[in-house]
This record gives sequence, structure tokens and C-alpha cells, in this order.
Amino acid sequence: MVPGDLRYTKDHEWVRIEGDEATVGVTQYAADQLGDVVFVDLPEVGRALEQHATFGVVESVKAVSDLFAPLAGAVTAVNDALATQPELVNSQPFGDGWMIRLRLADPAQGGTLLDPAAYEQLTSES
Amino acid sequence: MTDAEVIPAHETALVEVHRRLGARLIDYAGWLMPVQYTGIIEEHRAVRERAGLFDLSHMGELFVEGAAAGDALAAAVVSDPRTLAVGRAQYSMICVPDGGIIDDLIIYRLGSERFLVVANAGNAAIVSDELASRLHGRGAVLDDRSLATSLVAVQGPASAGVLGPLTDVDLAALRYYAIAEGSVAGVPALVARTGYTGEDGFEVFVEWDRGVEIWDALEAGGGAAGVVACGLGARDTLRLEAGMPLYGNELDRDTNPFEAGLGRVVKLDKPGGFVGRDALARVAREGVAKRLVGLTVTGRGIARHGYPVLNASGPSGTVTSGTMSPTLGRAIAMAHVAPADAEPGTILAVDIRGMSVPVEIIPLPFYRRPT
Repeated sequence: MVPGDLRYTKDHEWVRIEGDEATVGVTQYAADQLGDVVFVDLPEVGRALEQHATFGVVESVKAVSDLFAPLAGAVTAVNDALATQPELVNSQPFGDGWMIRLRLADPAQGGTLLDPAAYEQLTSES
Repeated sequence: MTDAEVIPAHETALVEVHRRLGARLIDYAGWLMPVQYTGIIEEHRAVRERAGLFDLSHMGELFVEGAAAGDALAAAVVSDPRTLAVGRAQYSMICVPDGGIIDDLIIYRLGSERFLVVANAGNAAIVSDELASRLHGRGAVLDDRSLATSLVAVQGPASAGVLGPLTDVDLAALRYYAIAEGSVAGVPALVARTGYTGEDGFEVFVEWDRGVEIWDALEAGGGAAGVVACGLGARDTLRLEAGMPLYGNELDRDTNPFEAGLGRVVKLDKPGGFVGRDALARVAREGVAKRLVGLTVTGRGIARHGYPVLNASGPSGTVTSGTMSPTLGRAIAMAHVAPADAEPGTILAVDIRGMSVPVEIIPLPFYRRPT
């Protein structure tokens, strides 16, 4: 079961939309598929991201995966804790393992995201 | 419609054991193999601190025997197996005539004219065919028992304590790089004190359909000692910390043993010559085009297989393997670099996704077990 108050992407990221801001992370499914996360590369605060643009990288012992901006916006915060504790992505992907906060360019883009049921469906098929 | 699932050609005798333990199974060199059970870092640490259990049944087991087995094998590989005492092992390689590496091997001397050659899974068929052809007409025959042999390894400081009660082999008398015949959990076995982790450990060869018995006995006997099942992911990080080469990464047909830092294995002057001798003698005389080094990333990021290595004036080489070292807590890698850039202390850079990240050459291995 995934948290019911979030929205999701096909790239296995989650988005918590609060007004014109959004918090972004990767899902438990993504974290499990990656395995032990050992490095997270996140953007500078202030950077403007187009929807679907690559904003960073998450690396496990074996694999390197790009992170994609689920919505367009400017980065207002990054989770600095991941620089020293990348394992938070595995242990608390929906909580302390969050990655960035965005000020949304167009909150209406939220309608392009998957709801929890649709995301559950996606992961059960793969 | 769904895409057709890619089903590897082979499963080991232990595949149901892996499924029971919740392994993530992947196609590796045509075999369905566990890449991890609970997590690579946890499995890695278990081997450094206690012991881990590995299914290595995908490896190739080639038995060579005949009246002139020693001479025939010596002519086929770069080392000299005739110098081995019965019951001892050596690291070796088989090369093409231009000196490029076909595979790296462990050769065990089981009798005066009987040897066991262990090849990597991805190369087992190639080595089997090439070796058979090189032995032909030289008084030795090859018996490829790769698909008739299960191989289970127990690796780590607790491994002797785990295996000891289960075997009639005197482990105290079994030296590093030695092998003995005996039984393990009542199953006829070859027990070798070899491995690919940088720790003390053992590799147990048994008939194919007895592999599960060996695994179950080691798993049950090792429970109190904290032995855990380990997959190929931990095997890779363990061997990398120990500075051991992996075929396809550090070794390939475009790399000769001297370039891989393995010149000591090559016996240029052994009687009878060997395939690749002339080319390798020239390399020894004239020098190498690249050298294998260890490096640590001093900037941010992880240098991975295939990333370019740069010096102040341009390209120097390529990263062959790299990861975040679970033991050292920093990013380490092996790389082929220009010979002039190979001295420890040299500062180079690795191109990590377009960023030039500083690295420093450091001596191999990255990790040496406490003695």
C-alpha cells in the first residue's frame, strides 16, 4: 500500500502538493528496486526545472538512476541530510528520505500525476 | 500483450533455496543467479565480520588428466601448473596468441597428472573448447563437469569454525590456496581454501544434485555464528575492495596480464613455451600501453565502470570497476590509465556525468584482512 495523500509518477516518484509548493521523493518500490542507496546528487536551491527534466541522481551499490522533476517549478529546498545519510531513501522513502521541494510554476500540472490507486496498479503490473 | 520474459539457459541446483530465502534473481552469464537476499551492504559486512554463503555453481569446472597433463596444461596457460605440489592451487590466465586474456583461472593440482581448472561462468564454454583444442594430441584430455558440479563457498573469518564440524578434512592443515578431498555433511567433496572476497574462506565442490545438502548443512551449522546467504552483488563489492580483477571489467581480450598488474603470474621462461609467450615476452621487454590502478574519489560522486579518466592534458584511461566501498565508506574504483599516471599519489579526474571530479591513485588492494 502506498500513502493515500500523495500523487505519483511512472518513474516511481511521489509528490506531496501543498498549495503552490510540492515535496518530491522516490517511492518505497523504487527504493527497494535500487537496493542500498549510497549516494544522492541533488540540485542547487533556486534552480528552475521543466516538467520531466533530470534534477539529480540516486545511486545504489550497483545502479545509477536519474531523478526527474514530476512538475515544473523552482527548487526551494533540498534534503541536505541525504548527503551524509543516503540510506534514509531506503528506510524512510516517504518521510525523511524526501529529496526536493518545488515552488510550482503551474499547480494545474498536478492533474498529470497518478493517484494512489493508479500507481498501485502500475507497480503490481511490473 | 507482455514482452516475452528472458529466461536464462541455466539454473543452479540451489535455485529453490534462493527463492525460499527471498533472493532477487537475475540473468548473469546465462544463469539465473541471486544478486542479493537482504541487501548488498548487509551481506558484504557479514562476510567481513562473520561469514557468508555463496552459490557459485555457475562457475566452470574443467578436469584435465592424462599421462602428460602437466605439460599439456602448461603449454595452454600463462602460469606453470607443473610447479604445484599435489593439493595446491595457483591463479592463472589463458591468453590468445597476441597476449589478450581469454579468462582468468584457478588451477588446482589434484594428483600428479590430474588438475581442476575453474573458469568464470561467462567464459566457461569458451575456455572449455579452447583448452580441449590446446590439449588435443598432447597426452591429456579435458572433462568438462561444469553442469555436473555444484559449488558452494563459505567466506569470512568465521568460515573455518562453521565448516570444521561438518567435514573430515583437517582445515587446520589446509593452507590458503590448497585443496583436499573428503566429505562435507556426508557428501563426497573437494574442499579448497580459496575465494574471491579478501577473507579466509572455503569453496566446496560436490556433485550437482548434492549442492542443496551442502548449503543446508552450512546454513544450519552457521546460524549461531551469524552466517548469511550472499549474492553476486556483495561478491562484487568484496572482490573490488580486495583489489581482485573481474573478467569483463579489469580483464578482457584487449588487455594482457602485464597491463592488468598480473605479470607475476606469467612464466615466460617455463619449459615448452605456451600460447601467447612471444607477444607477452615483447610486452615484458618493451613495456605496457596501460596500467591497472586503484583510485579513490576525493570529490563528490562514484566513479563507475566505463567512465573516462582524465589527466591535466586529456584522456588517460577508463574506470573498470567502481562502487561506494562498504568497508571504507568512500568511493573506490579500479581503472586502466596511461603508465605515466599510475603512481600512487597522482591526482587525476574522472568524468562523472559531464563533471570532472578529482580522484587520487592509491595502492591496491583497498582492503587487506587483519592478520
